Amino acid sequence: MTSPILSVRDLERRYGDFIGCTDISFDVWPGEVVAIVGESGSGKTTLLNCISGRLDRSSGSIRYNMRDGRFPDLADLSEAERRFLMRTDWGFVHQNPADGLRMRVSAGANVGERLMAIGDRHYGEIRHTATEWLGRVEIAGDRIDDKPVAFSGGMRQRLQIARNLVTRPRLIFMDEPTGGLDVSVQARVLDLLRGLVSDLGLAVVIVTHDLAVARLLSQRMIVMKSGRIVETGLTDRVLDDPHHPYTQLLVASILES
Amino acid sequence: MTLPEYNFAYLDEQTKRMIRRSILKGIAIPGYQVPFASREMPMPYGWGTGGVQVTAAILGPDDVLKVIDQGADDTTNAVSIRAFFAKTANVATTTKTADATVIQTRHRIPEAPLSAGQVIVYQVPIPEPLRFLEPRETETRVIHGLEEYGLIHVKLYEDIAQHGHIATTYAYPVKVEDRYVMDPSPIPKFDNPKMNGSPALQLFGAGREKRIYALPPFTHVVSLDFEDHPFEVQKFKQPCALCNATGVYLDEVVTDDRGSRMYVCSDTDHCETRREEGHRGPGLPISGAQTVKEDAA
Repeated sequence: MTSPILSVRDLERRYGDFIGCTDISFDVWPGEVVAIVGESGSGKTTLLNCISGRLDRSSGSIRYNMRDGRFPDLADLSEAERRFLMRTDWGFVHQNPADGLRMRVSAGANVGERLMAIGDRHYGEIRHTATEWLGRVEIAGDRIDDKPVAFSGGMRQRLQIARNLVTRPRLIFMDEPTGGLDVSVQARVLDLLRGLVSDLGLAVVIVTHDLAVARLLSQRMIVMKSGRIVETGLTDRVLDDPHHPYTQLLVASILES
Repeated sequence: MTLPEYNFAYLDEQTKRMIRRSILKGIAIPGYQVPFASREMPMPYGWGTGGVQVTAAILGPDDVLKVIDQGADDTTNAVSIRAFFAKTANVATTTKTADATVIQTRHRIPEAPLSAGQVIVYQVPIPEPLRFLEPRETETRVIHGLEEYGLIHVKLYEDIAQHGHIATTYAYPVKVEDRYVMDPSPIPKFDNPKMNGSPALQLFGAGREKRIYALPPFTHVVSLDFEDHPFEVQKFKQPCALCNATGVYLDEVVTDDRGSRMYVCSDTDHCETRREEGHRGPGLPISGAQTVKEDAA
């Protein structure tokens, strides 16, 4: 193995006296899927927003392995570099697709936006790439000029995924990507995600409270409680042989079918 | 004059000084939107309160003022603003483009080329070219600051996707000196090429939005486009019905309630000048009316 793509050390985020998350250290390696699980209010989303640069941290370091071989702390990058990273090398899939999509422009433009942002100025090529990506996320090509408001929840979520993947990012952050979807649509989105992640060799940090999602997608798991990491390990090990009492409670509370 | 209570050109000297500072900053950074403390003017927003303030700040006693609205010198907006400055600044006014030193305009650039020493002041309703794509002002400022202009092409992409060509016909976004993307105010895109390398100073004032921006003379202004859908101006099939001019921007005028119409120069001064020079269009009013009757019969 070379080096991790993302390295987090002693991360802390406080909201005044209140702790959002603290004492967080972990690495993400290229091509691996890391799930962050825990109950509501355990600091999962705070952690995700911190490491994806959407929220300022209070202390600690977050280093990212850039394409050019540098391994800088995100705080040392200029805002321009950070934003460039966010729209090329990274993706962020929101729980609510409306947060991640432009609801008033067509699906094709939503997918093409990142291409235009990195300087693509050929309409035909942008459209071709957009059509290709809509196909990969199983959206019919003739819906390319429809606006996301005309799409179902599952389609919106798939469109959001396509929009994020079009620039071939190396690291994707996901915040409850299947949160608002019904079970059959969830299964379809998860299936799609699993395929794309392994095809493209993406590194993914996924936040979820759904252990089934974590089991299906992730290789490694981080369990959080009250803003701290209580247990980490391979997903199968954590779910089948939980060590920490809280993890045991979490695993035990899954309904057996 | 019976209005001694007004300062020259209506605004007080401190206000004019403040506006001039913004104008100078705008000229120093072509295409950058400079905030300024816009004042209430004795006319409603949308009538050109930004343009009027810019004009008031740059007007001197020796200036000759021309005001146009959609190309015309004789519409309400143009007549009112011209009268306003004739009253409050006692400056000479004209309708001749060549004679004017300051031209305040709404929605057009005159057909006659502007020359060095002239100043054209645009009335701007919405100065932010990204406004309808990105509603957050904080975000649009960052976008301008970091030159992240991919978003503006999303708008052009949408046009082509919906209409097969870039259907934006006015307020067509331009890039200034390879740096700032600028809204040229709602002029038809027909006028966009006239902004590039113009020897005249171009000032833009948005009263409600409190922004001033500028293009100094001989500034490089490029209309945005796609490689496979290049920028094009509108083309007209027929010449002006009154003065037979081609290659000018035409207005459609409905002449009766049976669907007949004529196309005439939108720039009234240009049209009149040509008619004085002896150019005659095919549809001068009397013969035009007769043709209509024959068609209907």
